[in-house]
Amino acid sequence: MTVTSEPRASRRLLEGSEAIAEAMIAAGCRFFAGYPMTPFTEVLEHMAAKLPAVGGVCMNAESELEAVGMAWGAAATGTYAATGSTGQGLSLMQESLAEISFARVPLVVLNMARAQGDYYQATRGGGHGDYRHLVFAPMDVAEAVELSQLAFHLTARWRNPVLLFGDYYLAHTTQSVAVDPIDFGPVPAPEWALDGSTGGTGRARLVSPLGGGKRRDDVGYDLSEHYRDCAAATEEMLDTVEPLVDTGFVDDAEVVVVAFGTPGRYIRAAVRSLRDDGAKVGWVRPISLVPFPSEAVAGAARGARAVAVYENNQGQMIDDVRLAVLGACPVRFIGGLSLDHSGFGIAPDLDVAVLRERIAAVLRDAKER
Amino acid sequence: MTAEVLTRGTVVIDVEACKGCDLCIDACPPRVLVMTEHLVNTRGYRYPLLLAGCTGCRACAQICPDFVFQVYKYETPLSLALPEPAETGQPTA
Amino acid sequence: MEHIEGHAVVDTSAPPVEPARLVEDFTPALIDVGEHGLCPGCGEPIAMRSAVEAIAELEVIQRTIAVFGIGCYTAFSNNLDVEVMQALHGRAPSLATGAKRAKPDTVVFTVQGDGDMVNEGLQEVLHAAARGERITCIMLNNGVFGETGGHMTSTTVLGQRTKNTLDGRDAEAHGFPILLSNLVAQLEGAAYVARGAVNNAGNVARTKKMLLRAFESQVAGEGFSFVEILTMCPTGWFVDTQEAPGYLSEHLGSVHGVGVLKDRAAERVAS
Repeated sequence: MTVTSEPRASRRLLEGSEAIAEAMIAAGCRFFAGYPMTPFTEVLEHMAAKLPAVGGVCMNAESELEAVGMAWGAAATGTYAATGSTGQGLSLMQESLAEISFARVPLVVLNMARAQGDYYQATRGGGHGDYRHLVFAPMDVAEAVELSQLAFHLTARWRNPVLLFGDYYLAHTTQSVAVDPIDFGPVPAPEWALDGSTGGTGRARLVSPLGGGKRRDDVGYDLSEHYRDCAAATEEMLDTVEPLVDTGFVDDAEVVVVAFGTPGRYIRAAVRSLRDDGAKVGWVRPISLVPFPSEAVAGAARGARAVAVYENNQGQMIDDVRLAVLGACPVRFIGGLSLDHSGFGIAPDLDVAVLRERIAAVLRDAKER
Repeated sequence: MTAEVLTRGTVVIDVEACKGCDLCIDACPPRVLVMTEHLVNTRGYRYPLLLAGCTGCRACAQICPDFVFQVYKYETPLSLALPEPAETGQPTA
Repeated sequence: MEHIEGHAVVDTSAPPVEPARLVEDFTPALIDVGEHGLCPGCGEPIAMRSAVEAIAELEVIQRTIAVFGIGCYTAFSNNLDVEVMQALHGRAPSLATGAKRAKPDTVVFTVQGDGDMVNEGLQEVLHAAARGERITCIMLNNGVFGETGGHMTSTTVLGQRTKNTLDGRDAEAHGFPILLSNLVAQLEGAAYVARGAVNNAGNVARTKKMLLRAFESQVAGEGFSFVEILTMCPTGWFVDTQEAPGYLSEHLGSVHGVGVLKDRAAERVAS
């Protein structure tokens, strides 16, 4: 996925939060519920300002738990709905996010994260039970505009929550973008959704994390059957959805750097800078974290001397990288916690010079071995 | 001389659905429901019997947690003649 | 007629042969299957019957969505000819809010127990009431967490014996019960608040009227409507089924008083 560079009349200077809000609305989102928390707050502000104008509803929920509940209720009526927060708020929502997955209700969830320590929460799911969410991590506002819309398409197609992994930079960086609606193709009509109309017909619909089967005799819900059905649907989703990835200079790279989100932009710049000096380095930037682009990582690692992983945490995505590389070459961690006193991820590391040096060190070390 | 009881309604009792909770007994305004003492359904619960004098008021159906009752109201109230006691000498209710 | 166990009984095995009309069927039309695994003498099916009869009487079934909490009554969530959204413990009011805001022409109501609504979900119901959310919340209050085996909830009354207060609820150790209807009635957004009971036929009839009035209040857009229904739980109360209606009046009803606590429409008419 590349950022288009042709000048267009529809381009405007938009802060990430506002661009994401407009993109969600362009995708058909008509219900949003949220609770203020930095750096997610502005998304809520923009949705509160913009949704009523298109006949949508934005609820200022009294807590994150109620926000995800309201979004669940709206989504169960077939309305395109979303909610979000930052990592801590998403922690509060985890029970509901798991059960929404078992209820097969579509929902887009934003994590405007503080740094990148929420990778495990996002990709492993911080809730209980066997469920998976599709997860996308934009590196800039333009990508966020496209991925926000893709999220609504995929959640409606698969009836499974989709998470957009953003961060403080994304929320507050202003970029020139065009928020044009993207047509990702048709999705099945929500025949399962509730609006009251099947009441009294003998076939009243049910949306339940315990299953869709109505009682007809001595048997109530059959959770064993239901969880197996959910597992099968999850498997089909993960097998079918194409991983999204951005790679650069991997064909002859001796060191491949893996990074996602905002740091991915800086890594690209650092790699380009090293290439200008003749160093054979490249990058693999996962855009979808679930499904993880394992093949791209494995392919890039095959010819390399080492894989370096940069992430603004103590090492989480590196697990997925190691699994993909599967011992083909050493995997080195060049990331770490890089914050200012606010803890919001104002990262001293995000400096091309700093990152260049870390990558160069891996390259030097790899050549010596 | 046999007694006659004016009876405006009647019920169908789904004996197998009953869980023997007794709520219907007190709920019945003319007190024409009595629980069996020894007879039980296949799940082992005692169940209600209907005496003459039902008014078809539906209180039993409204109070029953297990949907045991179907209630009818006669187009014309009946005068039910209570039978003589059986030869075994059982007294009438 | 014949004699059974000393009683002169009417044959109740089949409909009458004399001309008669059916005035009450086994199950109301909106309940699919009458059989359930709830305890003998449980008040919850009685309350469920009243609720669906009210929906049928108001002729709103084709635009009604029910949101169920988690408790013994969850057995009805997949057993109604009503569209149902199953929520998590305590969370029905937020789901109901989302559904109603997304589809304002629907009639949305919740069915929750006291443990669900007053323990886990207290903030949800209070916030929905404060917002004047046009939904109807129904609380089935038996003073215990029935489904897990009969444990103390926030509505358990002082002295009430439960599985984890075997010596009776003690104010010093366990604090005092929350009278939720009374709390809700104080909120500006609440338009109709009533507390009923299903321990005798008279109360069942009065409770049904409360439910009708609550749904009407929602349809008229008056605000948040709330009906608390005291239900019997002989198992949770360690009493025989015949004693449960009396236990309800004496112990629960004396604290959680039955009656209409707030009716904005009636206040308007009176003033």
